[in-house]
Amino acid sequence: MKVMAQVGMVMNLDKCIGCHTCSVTCKQAWTNRDGVEYVWFNNVETRPGLGYPRAYQDQEKWKGGWELTKRGKLKLKQGGRIKRLATIFSNPLLPEVKDYYEPWTYDYDTLLNSPSTEHTPVATPRSAISGESMKIQWSANWDDNLGGAPEYAPQDPVVKKIKDDVTDRIKFEFEQAFMFYLPRICEHCLNPSCVSSCPSGAMYKREEDGIVLVDQDACRGWRQCVTGCPYKKVYFNHNTGKAEKCTMCYPRIEAGQPTVCSETCVGRLRYLGLFLYDADRVTAAASTPNEQDLYEAQLDLILDPHDPAVIAQARRDGIQEDWLEAAKKSPVYTLAKEYRVALPFHPEYRTMPMVWYIPPLSPVVDALRETGNDAEDADNLFGALRSLRIPVEYLAELFTAGDVAPVLRSLDTLSAMRAYMRDKNIGNDTDDTIPARVGLSEAQMLALYRLLAVAKYEDRYVIPPAHAEVAADLDEMGCALDGEGGPGQFAAPPPPQRVSAESFHMLKAVRDEQRYGAAVTSATTDLPHWNGKGVALGMPKVRKSDD
Amino acid sequence: MILADVAATEPSAAMEILWIALPYVVMATMITGLIWRYRYDKFGWTTRSSQLYEKSILRIASPLFHYGILAVIAGHFLGLMIPESWTEALGISEHTYHTLTVPLSLTAGACTIVGFALLIYRRRTVTRVLERTSTGDKIMYVFLGLAIVLGVLVSWYASGIFGEGHNYREDVAVWFRSVLVFQPNGAIMAAAPLPFQLHAIAGMLLFAIWPFTRLVHVFSVPLQYLARPYVVYRKREPHPTGSRAPRRGWEPSRRD
Ligand code: HEM
Ligand code: SF4
Ligand code: SF4
Repeated sequence: MKVMAQVGMVMNLDKCIGCHTCSVTCKQAWTNRDGVEYVWFNNVETRPGLGYPRAYQDQEKWKGGWELTKRGKLKLKQGGRIKRLATIFSNPLLPEVKDYYEPWTYDYDTLLNSPSTEHTPVATPRSAISGESMKIQWSANWDDNLGGAPEYAPQDPVVKKIKDDVTDRIKFEFEQAFMFYLPRICEHCLNPSCVSSCPSGAMYKREEDGIVLVDQDACRGWRQCVTGCPYKKVYFNHNTGKAEKCTMCYPRIEAGQPTVCSETCVGRLRYLGLFLYDADRVTAAASTPNEQDLYEAQLDLILDPHDPAVIAQARRDGIQEDWLEAAKKSPVYTLAKEYRVALPFHPEYRTMPMVWYIPPLSPVVDALRETGNDAEDADNLFGALRSLRIPVEYLAELFTAGDVAPVLRSLDTLSAMRAYMRDKNIGNDTDDTIPARVGLSEAQMLALYRLLAVAKYEDRYVIPPAHAEVAADLDEMGCALDGEGGPGQFAAPPPPQRVSAESFHMLKAVRDEQRYGAAVTSATTDLPHWNGKGVALGMPKVRKSDD
Repeated sequence: MILADVAATEPSAAMEILWIALPYVVMATMITGLIWRYRYDKFGWTTRSSQLYEKSILRIASPLFHYGILAVIAGHFLGLMIPESWTEALGISEHTYHTLTVPLSLTAGACTIVGFALLIYRRRTVTRVLERTSTGDKIMYVFLGLAIVLGVLVSWYASGIFGEGHNYREDVAVWFRSVLVFQPNGAIMAAAPLPFQLHAIAGMLLFAIWPFTRLVHVFSVPLQYLARPYVVYRKREPHPTGSRAPRRGWEPSRRD
């Protein structure tokens, strides 16, 4: 056993309102540059739908992720090492810009410099790549809110997969449609196929926290990683000729702060915390023969942070005490492993993805309510989950390689919570058989409710700052956001400023002092810099500080 | 032939010096250039793949060109590095040698030229690619194109298909090896037929600009990939030590 720590994320899909705030703030932070106009490290797609890039889940076409050889060994689906080196000169499996979308801007000059005319001048769209006048035909969320679903949804690779047995049952007429939003970032996989397909060795997984990065100085633009990632979360910067990807906002994580997408999430549905996992067994787990057993295999890799044997080994493997403490309080561990409500995204790609999803119950609730039933009743919900098979089968294709049992288990738990809490909130006698039906005690049910529904800031994000003693390793990697380097992903640029939890807070104090004449405490944080803790300036002080 | 007549005139001392000085100037430029580039511009060291813009033409053009040019390079290596006396010692006469190598080099040459022509066609006609072609790319293409075109001329001249032919292994190759062992024999090259001289000059100019173009990608062929565990874990990298601040890893927005 070799214990390693991994920063993981859980997203509670029921709460996503599809506002794209996460995408926009992420873009502003990381990909607001020439060469990555078309890139969204975070994107939100409407399901059923094609996703971004179009139909990326069709691995027969894109060949992302891993497959097993006849002898049961893991092999990159895009081909072995020799074959790929011999054919490196062109990579037919690379999505073209039109598979993402042609990014555009508007010809604002015609507005600004227009002489006085009878008709209002019009700014026409221009390709951000070639500058040519263009027709806007697609975007990163063209089929948002099921727009064009009759045409696009049947092409959804997931729909195609379940279609065989339920062809007639899936119809995309508006009345019958079910839909939910799926926000996506890089999965920071335990067995990353992007890293494995990079011939230069420029991509790497950080030993300390498992974040997967591209060393911009070592990348040579062979663009194999783009194909390697089955989630298409490595992008090619066509201006610099280098690969770029979601960084898990590592400068923020190192300072103990949540990623930009999490921090700004309107639905407050993202959770960040640590997983401890057994690095020695990753390859074996990813080689599990039956696709539907991969979810269990992945869960099995994740170690119990309360287990003394695990703790002892983790200490031997150099994991610091405060990280071990954080692992015990990790919301992602609680949701994925303890309650088993969060599920991995496409475990069948065998990359062991570390962004987990709590499947949405709302399509089922909505369907129930529309038929005039009590959508808060446990029996109704359990029944509906079993009769409304399409949503469940669809979710199972996303999260458990088609096995409906774990999805049902998760949705049952959410249903039970819904029914139980309804009684509690309206002051009825609570029914203790409801938690029991999903194998939970009343206390556990309340704890889950607190985590999922109350979802306090400090419960959602349990991120230990990069540790002072290992400062040499992480601490001084330099905050690319602050320095001249801009949002690059260099492994180690000579740091313009040292960045660490300590220095972050110190710098903040200095800055606050300059700005306000005194270091600002949480009670007087100004609104633009409010992190949800304490009371912000300019806000009525109606609530006491959380802390 | 006219070209042969020109070349047959007595080589001047200046030409002789040219054939001694130029190769070393080029070597020095290339080596220092590569070191400089590696130290200060690792971030710019990339293939700058244009596949994102267009892939149907590239899919044929790039492999055709690359397989062709790699074979051509291998051919240059064989032709220039292996003395004629060695092959003769193996009982391979000049005639047999050429009967063996000519079809191979014709195929390689044809692949290179067709591939190159397609690449240029693609750069010219696909707006996205054209708009994103840098000045460096254009200069590189001129020099590469020159070397290739003159290379065609040379092989045609040497082959003897349309003339008496010329055995470059007796002069050009001798000069090439003399340069490599630092005992340059400029006179023998100065006396070589003009097409050979022109091709060699074009080639050397290409080498001289090499470190400053995207062609540096040739030096990072990732063979280490064959002997590496799949997943790479890293702690912190040693800092690059240069006296200059690293270039920023992004460009400011060009169009907005
Ligand atoms: C084994 C060695 C080589 C490898 C692995 C290699 C690989 C590549 C790759 C991956 C590209 C990018 C293609 C794309 O996606 O746009 C490229 C482009 C290019 N390579 Fe190479 N290359 C090699 C050797 C060479 C040599 C020897 C030359 C010429 C002397 C060369 C000249 C070029 C040119 C001109 C381009 C630009 C093509 C274009 O987009 O117009 N390469 N190479
Ligand atoms: S999801 Fe992220 S870590 Fe996983 S293969 Fe894709 S880019 Fe790599
Ligand atoms: S910000 Fe939150 S609620 Fe809005 S789309 Fe992103 S994940 Fe969903």
